Amino acid sequence: MTTPPLTSPASLARQFVDALPGALRKLDPRQLWRTPVMLITEIGAALATVLAVLDALRPDAERQAPLPFTIAVAVWLWITVIMGTLAEAVAEGRGKAQAETLRATRTATPARRVTGYDESADPGAERASSDEVSSASLSRGDIVIVEAGEVIPADGEIVAGIATVDESAITGESAPVVREHGGDRSAVTGGTRVLSDRIVVRITAEPGAGFVDRMIALVEGSSRQRTPNERALSVLLGALTVVFVLVAVTLNPLASLAAQPVPTVTLVALLVCLIPTTIGALLSAIGIAGMDRLVQRNVLAMSGRAVEAAGDITTLLLDKTGTITYGNRRAVDVVPVGGTTRARLLEVARLSSLGDPTPEGASIVALAESEAPSVATARPAGATLVPFTAETRMSGLDLADGSVVRKGAASMIERWAGAAAASVGNEVQAAVEIISASGGTPLVVAERTVDGDTRVLGVVHLKDVVKEGLPERFGELRAMGIRTVMITGDNPLTARAIAAEAGVDDYLAEATPEDKIALIRREQEGGRLVAMTGDGTNDAPALAQADVGVAMNSGTAAAKEAGNMVDLDSDPTKLIDIVRVGKQLLITRGALTTFSIANDVAKYFAIIPAMFATALPQLQVLNIMQLATPESAILSAVIFNALVIVALVPLALRGVRYRPASASRLLSRNLTVYGLGGLVAPFIGIALIDLVVRTLPGF
Amino acid sequence: MLFAAQLGTIALALAIIHRPLGHAMALAYTSRRHLRLERWLYRATGVDPDAEQSAGAYARSVIVFSLIGIVLVVAIQLAQPALPWSNGLAAPRLDLALNTAISFVTNTNWQSYSPELTLGYTAQALGLAVQNFLSAAVGLAVAVALFRALAPAARETLGSFWVDLTRGTLRILLPLSFAAAVVLLIGGVVQNLSAPLELTTLTGGTQSIPGGPVASQEAIKLIGTNGGGFFNANSSHPFENPSAATSLLQIVLFLAIPFSLPRTFGEIVGQPRQGRAIVGAMAIMATVSVVLMTAAELAAPGSAPAAAGAALEGKELRFGIPGSTLYASATTLTSTGSVNSMHSSYTAFGGGMAMLNMMLGEVAPGGVGSGMYGMLLLAIIAVFLAGLMIGRTPEYLGKQLGPREMGLASAAVIVSPALVLIGMALSLAVAGLRESVIGESLLSDGAHGFSELLYAFTSAANNNGSAFAGLTANTLWLNLALGVAMLIGRLAPIVLVLMLAGSLAARRALPETSGTLPTHTPLFTGLLIGTTLIISALTYAPALALGPLAEGL
Repeated sequence: MTTPPLTSPASLARQFVDALPGALRKLDPRQLWRTPVMLITEIGAALATVLAVLDALRPDAERQAPLPFTIAVAVWLWITVIMGTLAEAVAEGRGKAQAETLRATRTATPARRVTGYDESADPGAERASSDEVSSASLSRGDIVIVEAGEVIPADGEIVAGIATVDESAITGESAPVVREHGGDRSAVTGGTRVLSDRIVVRITAEPGAGFVDRMIALVEGSSRQRTPNERALSVLLGALTVVFVLVAVTLNPLASLAAQPVPTVTLVALLVCLIPTTIGALLSAIGIAGMDRLVQRNVLAMSGRAVEAAGDITTLLLDKTGTITYGNRRAVDVVPVGGTTRARLLEVARLSSLGDPTPEGASIVALAESEAPSVATARPAGATLVPFTAETRMSGLDLADGSVVRKGAASMIERWAGAAAASVGNEVQAAVEIISASGGTPLVVAERTVDGDTRVLGVVHLKDVVKEGLPERFGELRAMGIRTVMITGDNPLTARAIAAEAGVDDYLAEATPEDKIALIRREQEGGRLVAMTGDGTNDAPALAQADVGVAMNSGTAAAKEAGNMVDLDSDPTKLIDIVRVGKQLLITRGALTTFSIANDVAKYFAIIPAMFATALPQLQVLNIMQLATPESAILSAVIFNALVIVALVPLALRGVRYRPASASRLLSRNLTVYGLGGLVAPFIGIALIDLVVRTLPGF
Repeated sequence: MLFAAQLGTIALALAIIHRPLGHAMALAYTSRRHLRLERWLYRATGVDPDAEQSAGAYARSVIVFSLIGIVLVVAIQLAQPALPWSNGLAAPRLDLALNTAISFVTNTNWQSYSPELTLGYTAQALGLAVQNFLSAAVGLAVAVALFRALAPAARETLGSFWVDLTRGTLRILLPLSFAAAVVLLIGGVVQNLSAPLELTTLTGGTQSIPGGPVASQEAIKLIGTNGGGFFNANSSHPFENPSAATSLLQIVLFLAIPFSLPRTFGEIVGQPRQGRAIVGAMAIMATVSVVLMTAAELAAPGSAPAAAGAALEGKELRFGIPGSTLYASATTLTSTGSVNSMHSSYTAFGGGMAMLNMMLGEVAPGGVGSGMYGMLLLAIIAVFLAGLMIGRTPEYLGKQLGPREMGLASAAVIVSPALVLIGMALSLAVAGLRESVIGESLLSDGAHGFSELLYAFTSAANNNGSAFAGLTANTLWLNLALGVAMLIGRLAPIVLVLMLAGSLAARRALPETSGTLPTHTPLFTGLLIGTTLIISALTYAPALALGPLAEGL
């Protein structure tokens, strides 16, 4: 998905212009009340306008302040409010561009609904009758048939068939993906197109409540709910606003002992300059932009809360396969034991891998065929496949003559082979350990002959390739205080070797789904926040238990329901990016708040000497910016206050630059840039603006 | 030189005291054993000493206890003519009695009256001195409740207010006061029940020399950061504060508990280094403040100070500039409010510094207990901003800070600025009140008159109790307005702090990682100082400009 860039001024200016109508609509006080700081600014602008109009009708002598000054303040206060709503509108506009693309897939499409579907007798719905309805009238539980060339009418789960699907409409990825019944790739998304074959789909979402609908709502910001951190910050800003309102309202009574009254329009200007308008104006834009950055990375968060939780993660569970290694382990060698010939071992390894559709299984078949092209490629007649499951962690073949071949994890084969394994135990153990210690994965191959004789034949060496650059990335995570735990079905030795090579902090070997959820619970009991990825139905409980659960889009509907984010690219390494986006979101808020509050110091130096210029001329010592006149000083502060919002919009949308580092380093860096910067910048900015303002007539 | 030596003596004394005293206080509040006297007290009052209270119950107890205290002190004052050792004094006016009662119950000890001309020995000892103990013990109890809430384990309750109150009084304040009273007696502070002596002076006039149980009341006045003097002249009176040495001792006495509480805090939360970061921030702010004030007094412009070598008006020559500025700084940095010199006579900047000390919220180191919980509120706000800036949901000592915590903390911080600004504005904007304030109360006009009023409200809302002299506060309006400011300025933050403690207590602390914001480092100390300065500077800048700045520039 593409969004307009933030770097070019021309593009940014265009985004501002496009968002202007939306920004003006947001001036409605009923919308502004959610950001009290901006509402007060708007009330101030309205008040200044009324004062300007009243003053215009009065003779000069009865005016509290010079007319050009009152008018200029009123105009710039309105500009301040509009800058605030504009920032939000620009952020939303960027989301809308994405929403438009998505909405195009939302048009009603015809759907073939099956009537009287009988799952057991006719799973493929070959004989069942169907009628054509609009996709909008489908409801949860309906069964539809989708054939090559047709658009899938709504989110659902394949109950029969296999098909290639073009999901580019939602992921932007042009390569088609395979979706099939059973397993972890059975979910389909409404609006995507079937390219080949025929599938039967059970609808899992009500119309208008599907995946894409939720996505549209999220990127448009319409369903945005304020997160706990955002509310906490709003509360603090609210308290500051209350204090500043008091300061402004009580100023004239206080001044009455030592100075003459300050014009109302000056009090309004003072108030708007003091209340944290910068962060108030940008707060919701920051939130929307954070969501938007995730969507740009093709991650869909179900709530803003989940994005923030990602920033708080202290433990990251990473599946080894696909995240740490490339995922396609290949068989590179076999080690025969107990006098078995290499050829025999290869043949049995090949047979036992026929029931294993994983890349590993396929690579064993390929290895056998490359070494001995003579062996038959087909499955022996009458043989029954024993597929690989996460529970047994073995696969194999039950041959027609009653003999059985199996290959699998050493511990599982040992249990299966029982006492027989012991006869060659040491030899097998040695081979397994050598392979494991080198970071490879050993698969033990065994057979049980017709007369019940069980024998271990040897070990297949699968090599796992660790992705490049991971130790550095995990090092960064460690610096951020995040512990990485690798989850693998491998035995502890293999796990340890790969963990060491990749540089993770810990590993969970021979992990079952139950182990995974137990690990998450254990971490959470210690007060840690856990993030994980998953795609299978058996991952669902763990995804639900984790504080941040990222489901792969290719995964099952159950997994997607359980997680609080979906990665449309189904790329498990994305988790690291998600953590980064979460942190960046919080840092941006904190940095702009600090900047906003620090700005007030300079504004006081501009406004206080100006307010009491005639009665207390001695206060001119404080006019260190050498601002020309009281009017130009106050107006310059107001103008700076409005312009700084515009200047910070790109930062709010892009997010503060974030480099992983320890908390102390990050804090001192951001305190220097935004705290000290916030203290110094307005002194320079206001002085420069004053150089222009002083040339205006009437100042 | 003299200044450096005196400051060094105080710093050294505090450095020696703070660890054992902090440790002893931690023990007093965490011990599971009850003393026999305590058990007897609990039985007599029907308190179950082992029943812990929720935040709400704890807060209700504080409020009820404080309100009963106010009623009792008012009653004692009104009954004065019937009490023994009253030196024939009449009962004070109701508004004054109420103001005085609130003042002593809230640990403020603002005195709208001249004590030796208004209250007899019984009212002083039974009414005021008792509250000196109890109000200090209440402050300690609230602080300790917050400490417990910040300890790692999640808990439902904050402890028992009645037990904390009893232990604070019996185990900490009474023994310390007894020791201090003996030392003060040795130093020359008077202690008797004699009626005022009528003497004929050399010139033939008559002079009334008052006596009274001064040393005993003086001790708790200082230890408990109360500050209400036995005499109108407070610690500039030779019977209260005879020499430069007792003056230094007094400073150490009222800084002792506030500077030791961070240690208590560190021990109760299980990380003494957290206490060190806090005490560091307190010490730096206090040192800078006293140096600036002393510099202002030494460099005073004008012909009289130039002739005397420094701004000596309103200062006792037996204390000199350093002895006076050290005392004035320390008394306004804590919530003591006793004085050994007249702050109104300070240079504009020196007097402004005393105001700024109170405006910081009295957190460096602040009153007994109240300074510590005030500082922790600021720490929570500092941690919130800093926490966001490192990309984590902000947490203090592992306890996450959500909307509720931030709401309570920021509300507690704005209570006293709000009271000062509203009180000032009402006094000057409402026609009738303005007449009373300008006609009866203010001694000066213009910027200095403004400072008198600003000082009074700042002192009341922050429960300090020191006065800028000059101001006549014993008017109906100021008695009531300052009374309300003292009452809300004390109880509102206490209730908010206890509610905050309640919600923090319920959270379990997250484990510390390298991604956690460290709150024991110099960086955090600096951040805490910055937050404290910015929050008070932003609130009070216009007021300071109209008063001390307008006068001094």
